[in-house]
Amino acid sequence: MSKQVDTRGLSCPQPVVLVLRAIQQGDQMFEVLLDSEVACENVRRLLGSRGFRIEETQAADGTVFQVSR
Amino acid sequence: MKNFFATRTGIVTAGVVIGSFAAVLQKVGNPANMGLCMACFERDTAGALALHRAGALQYIRPEIIGILLGACAVSLRRGEFRSRGGSSAVVRFFLGAFAMIGALVFLGCPWRAFLRLAGGDLNAIAGILGLAAGVFVGAQFLKRGFSLGRSRPAEGAAPGWVLPAAMVGLLALALADFGPLAPDVTDKVAPHAPLWISLGAGLVIGGLAQRSRFCTMGALRDLFIVRDVHLLLGVAGFAVAAFALNLAFGQFHAGFAGQPAAHTQQLWNFLGMVLAGLSFALAGGCPGRQLILAGEGDSDSAVFVLGMFAGAAFAHNFALASSGKGAGQFGPAAVVIGLVFALVVAAIMTRRRPA
Repeated sequence: MSKQVDTRGLSCPQPVVLVLRAIQQGDQMFEVLLDSEVACENVRRLLGSRGFRIEETQAADGTVFQVSR
Repeated sequence: MKNFFATRTGIVTAGVVIGSFAAVLQKVGNPANMGLCMACFERDTAGALALHRAGALQYIRPEIIGILLGACAVSLRRGEFRSRGGSSAVVRFFLGAFAMIGALVFLGCPWRAFLRLAGGDLNAIAGILGLAAGVFVGAQFLKRGFSLGRSRPAEGAAPGWVLPAAMVGLLALALADFGPLAPDVTDKVAPHAPLWISLGAGLVIGGLAQRSRFCTMGALRDLFIVRDVHLLLGVAGFAVAAFALNLAFGQFHAGFAGQPAAHTQQLWNFLGMVLAGLSFALAGGCPGRQLILAGEGDSDSAVFVLGMFAGAAFAHNFALASSGKGAGQFGPAAVVIGLVFALVVAAIMTRRRPA
């Protein structure tokens, strides 16, 4: 199972910081759990600028990003 | 649906519109270089509620009401309103109070810092440098895992609705010209634009800021943490638009001495905003952004806003706020206490969590 980054309930910029940390640890494939549209926009912008692809799915308690490079 | 205001053009547009409103609001009656100021306007509203009784600083500012309710309406429409909270509320209260005290030592929130610069007040430079320094320190803690904890969806809707409802109540009191709220001043009430213009501008600004996530603190923070200039472009649009309209309206007067609602003690301009910037960074938003989040149902931000009201009361009841002459008698001491509080909180709440 791929690694999960749970950003639910965290305020700016912690979702971005956590995803940044995953990238810096060299993760090429991971899952991000998000529960606010702001966090989605910010994480999308970060991953886009770092050349990652995102597949988004809606879950009951938020959004799931399947991230890969 | 795609959010236009999340794009680069979108955030710049939002900044330009908000900056233009600021210049126009000054033109139609708001105080000089204070077309918009979240700290000053919350202070004036606190004064109208007799939390302090500083002369000519008492007026229920419809901009505050409009911004919160505008964000509330748009977030409801976009399905982003969520009643939530539970992330170290009491810490946020005190961060809000100290942020307000720092802002009133400088004399302005970050929005007004840029508006002062756009009006030619060169003392604002020390404040903006202080803001950047405070946010930079906060960013270092954030990078190392600082967190006030996760918020959770509220069990019921009430927590998210308290502050929006309070704003409706404030508006009703303002419209009814409620007697006991009459300013207790001998000379004059705070200068202000006509109520409906202020309220209308506030609603539009609140809606735009909600969609675009406009945030002056976030602009600097994102630059420091992820080298991202997205929000900074919005702030640039805000400042440039205000500057251009100030020139057009004859509202631009460059210099240090004799600037409106400003002082020339650069050390306290700087350190006041270091405290404010650090507090905003730890709490996740500048005062404008906290109002927007409170409008979206975030009760933690609502508590931060209430902390700012309390801070304004302290600032004017206990000679912490600056005046045109310079720092208040106890302002410097309050800034030092605030910095100690914010740094201790930051240190305690920073832990290396697994990613």
